[in-house]
Amino acid sequence: MTTAEPTEAVTGVPFTLNGTELVAEEGELLIDACDRNGVHIPRFCYHNRMKPVGMCRMCLVEVDTGRGKALQPSCMLPVTPEMKVETESEATKKAQDGVLELLLANHPLDCPVCDKGGECPLQDNAYAFGPGETRFVEEKRHFKKPIPISDLVKLDRERCILCDRCTRFASDVAGDPLIHFIDRGSQTQVNTFPDHPFSSYFSGNTVQICPVGALTAEPYRFKARPWDLEAVESTATVDSTGARVVLQSSQNEIVRVLGVDSDAVNWSWLSDKERFSYEATAKGDRIEQPLVKNEETGMLEATRWNNAAKKVGAALRVEPDRIAAVGGARMPLEGQYAWAKLLKGVVGTDHVDAQLDDGLPGPLVLGLPRATINDACKPGGVVVTIGADLKEELPTLFLRLRHAVVEDGVKLIELTSTATHLSDFATVRFDVTPGSVGQFATAIAKQAGADLDFDVADESGLVEAQADKVAAAAALLDGSVPVTIIVGRGNLAESPRFTSDAVGIFRRLNDDFQFMPALRRGNINGALEMGLVPGFTPGGVQRESAQLDTWPDVPDFDGMDTKEIFRAAAEGRIDTLLLLAANPLQDFLDEDLVRRALANVKTVIAVDGISTETTDLADVVLPAALFGEVDGTFVNLEGRLSPLRAKVTPPSQARPDWMIPAELAIVLGVELGFTTIDELHSELSEVLPSFADIDWDTLGSSDDGPVLKLNRSWNIEFGKPAAAPPATSAFRLVATRKLWDQGTMVQESPSLASLPSEAAIHLNPDDIERHGFVGDSVTVRIGDQTHTIPLTSDVRVNPTTASIPVCLPGFDARTLITGRSTTAVEIRPNGTT
Amino acid sequence: MSRLTPENVEVAKEIIARYPRPKSALIPLLHLAQEQDGYVADDAMEHLAELVGITPAEVLGTCSFYEMFKREPVGKYMINVCTNISCQLLGGEELLHHAEKTLGIRPGGTTDDGLFTLEDVECIAACTEAPCLQVNYRYKYKLDNADFDAMIEDLRTTNKDNIPPHGTLAEQRQHIPADKLAGIGSPEDTTTPEWFSKRLPVEEPKEENA
Repeated sequence: MTTAEPTEAVTGVPFTLNGTELVAEEGELLIDACDRNGVHIPRFCYHNRMKPVGMCRMCLVEVDTGRGKALQPSCMLPVTPEMKVETESEATKKAQDGVLELLLANHPLDCPVCDKGGECPLQDNAYAFGPGETRFVEEKRHFKKPIPISDLVKLDRERCILCDRCTRFASDVAGDPLIHFIDRGSQTQVNTFPDHPFSSYFSGNTVQICPVGALTAEPYRFKARPWDLEAVESTATVDSTGARVVLQSSQNEIVRVLGVDSDAVNWSWLSDKERFSYEATAKGDRIEQPLVKNEETGMLEATRWNNAAKKVGAALRVEPDRIAAVGGARMPLEGQYAWAKLLKGVVGTDHVDAQLDDGLPGPLVLGLPRATINDACKPGGVVVTIGADLKEELPTLFLRLRHAVVEDGVKLIELTSTATHLSDFATVRFDVTPGSVGQFATAIAKQAGADLDFDVADESGLVEAQADKVAAAAALLDGSVPVTIIVGRGNLAESPRFTSDAVGIFRRLNDDFQFMPALRRGNINGALEMGLVPGFTPGGVQRESAQLDTWPDVPDFDGMDTKEIFRAAAEGRIDTLLLLAANPLQDFLDEDLVRRALANVKTVIAVDGISTETTDLADVVLPAALFGEVDGTFVNLEGRLSPLRAKVTPPSQARPDWMIPAELAIVLGVELGFTTIDELHSELSEVLPSFADIDWDTLGSSDDGPVLKLNRSWNIEFGKPAAAPPATSAFRLVATRKLWDQGTMVQESPSLASLPSEAAIHLNPDDIERHGFVGDSVTVRIGDQTHTIPLTSDVRVNPTTASIPVCLPGFDARTLITGRSTTAVEIRPNGTT
Repeated sequence: MSRLTPENVEVAKEIIARYPRPKSALIPLLHLAQEQDGYVADDAMEHLAELVGITPAEVLGTCSFYEMFKREPVGKYMINVCTNISCQLLGGEELLHHAEKTLGIRPGGTTDDGLFTLEDVECIAACTEAPCLQVNYRYKYKLDNADFDAMIEDLRTTNKDNIPPHGTLAEQRQHIPADKLAGIGSPEDTTTPEWFSKRLPVEEPKEENA
């Protein structure tokens, strides 16, 4: 007999559960109230992060609301006063028996060959609550099995018990209703439309929530049995949302990643990139040993660590002003701090930048008051998005925001470069063209009563034409409700200046507005916090005011950002260039500049875990351990500190990132001051006030992880926003990013590598008609070059803009980005010049 | 066969405008597609999905629920022979067997010339006239084998009852003039329908004890 242990008496609804008097919360579902009081009710269709449907009937319990006892599905029944519930009665047990017998009537019971066997709710519930025997002798339903419903997910319809979890997730949570019940009746099945696969960025979640073995993920099929898996909780590092995950390994190889229900962050959901890109560490082209370029042959050759370290040490013994480092967003916080201490505190250079000129200015991100995801998603609030479509850049954050806007009535104002997958639900959506976001912000702020000493620069009349939207947005931003501004880089072909101007205007409108930086790269917030940004030392402290007792030195000049570093390197002003897990040949917007820079630097040192086109050109390559191979911590876009934990051993001689600068310091004759990760943590707690109270041992093991107090004492001066240069052609370029791209993590994961689509230029259908573009492609002219690029008609693109994703196969869109502040492109029908 | 013709797209737009939400128009639109092609083609479902702003999977989910939406091509004449109890007692199954032999197909099959598709169905609510069948949902009552053969012969030649091809709903399409609309004309339209303003005032019910 399960004993119900009453929790803290809350003011709410009194009810009786198996003879014990308890109190439920107002509106709480019976199944949740039972869970909270330690009484488990078996269920298949109910999922605490989705709306209940009462499909499976497994959670029937005997309920008396004063009109006599009756069997009721506890997932559909809010607790009402004086309700008497029996979860162990004869009638309840008989109902559970009957439901399971019926659910198993068509289930193949192929458990011995099923991936779910051993962790299967149907199996568990059949053992715990089932009849043990079936009376059915009839033939079971037969379907072709398994069928692929996407590149990543396979469906076995015979095993399916029609609980509606995957289909509800697809339509209600992800907003991608590409799977549906088909042939409802005796042949009901989940399926896609022919040739319209379930190509959702979130398809892996359906596998995780499937209560039987009907949905299986291609990367994990037949890889392991659940009872052989070892597991550890960690944090996803592919983007800056920092979704909580559990890593599962078998025979020292990570074979599966599952989402953890963190109330503050990801609610158990993951994007497929977070879920499946672990493959890159296990199957990617790993760098396993230090490599040094043979001066005679020009080839990289394996060597020992101390040889490579000596060579790097020699390269670091030049004028600090001639040493620069780019990258570091992939690393755990510990590696970032150690590198910052070596480069800024020992070597003395400030030419350090973790962003590849594709984010937002470091001082801006460091200086803004932060919102948490729960702050942003709190019912009753307003969210303003500036930048990109979050579904492409931070998909798990997108799911939280989608829920907030669609289900909880959070009002959304979009100032994004293109329409997004939330635009249909936005309260106000502006047609923003490149360079105009600051002007829209000015117009809104003025209307909302901000005291600004400048006017809207609106020569094209774009803002004026949307005056009613400006009024609607201003009304929402009057300060009566909490406002969160999610700000990212929505257009790589536009200077980030325009975005920071807009942020500045909103800052001046109301001091209480909170911000969330939607920078994409993994631990970029940790990198900025640890001082991998010119002008700053760890803790978001400006270089001049740094007080770091444990540091030998701080730089005595203001450093350059990544773009300036590459320019200086190309001109021969840099002798030693460190690439900290960066692949600028792929990720930096001007590939040609990177090639010239790499050619003109004396020593290029690459620290990375996976071989890339950039590491191939380095003089020294140092192998780093990757995700799942090292312990550490991660700072997400809220400033939340969560643990990264090792589950498998790094390959061969690869080392944790923090050890590499510690060893290099010794070569330089200095001690960094820590020889274990615990000592490094002690130093962080000692020198950085925001880390003073961190309990490193228990970090995030029983909660969502602490949010660091990142609010700064200094203020950024915001002035009049820059006006976009006058349009010189019919279209301005919007360069975006897609989730599936040519980036290292996707390309090195065998299951994901083929998912990116071919690059195409996206135009609004009205523009296509107005300019008479016909056929599948257009001619784009930039300077004296012409390109023929596939054309896609896309209602999400704002008029007079041309949107194209970078980093996709086919056409390299980076070659189109030429303008300093915005980029104008000439587009002609195909075949004309 | 395929997407809706331009003329039918116009009809579809008119149908969609009758509903507050576009996707509410799905069933009439599926009828429209079936009327055009004799069945609901995959391409047509994709087209309807575009027209009402949902995914093709959702259209298929609705379409596949209804037995009378055919997703494979069927014959020009769909013959449904009842084999439920009243018809069975009065020779419905024998009639079905005869139909199989005459047409050379099993239930669910279509003759090679594409004229006939045969189905066995449950009660079609004409028990007093058993055994009975439907041709494109037009009733034929109390048939014996000779009647069946004569009916087939007639359909092959003169089609004296003028039965339209499978999928045809009505010869006259309903066009609802604005002043007869039962609701708003389109989701954007917030004006009160004309009939609403023209209706007679409703008398207040009198107090019982007054």
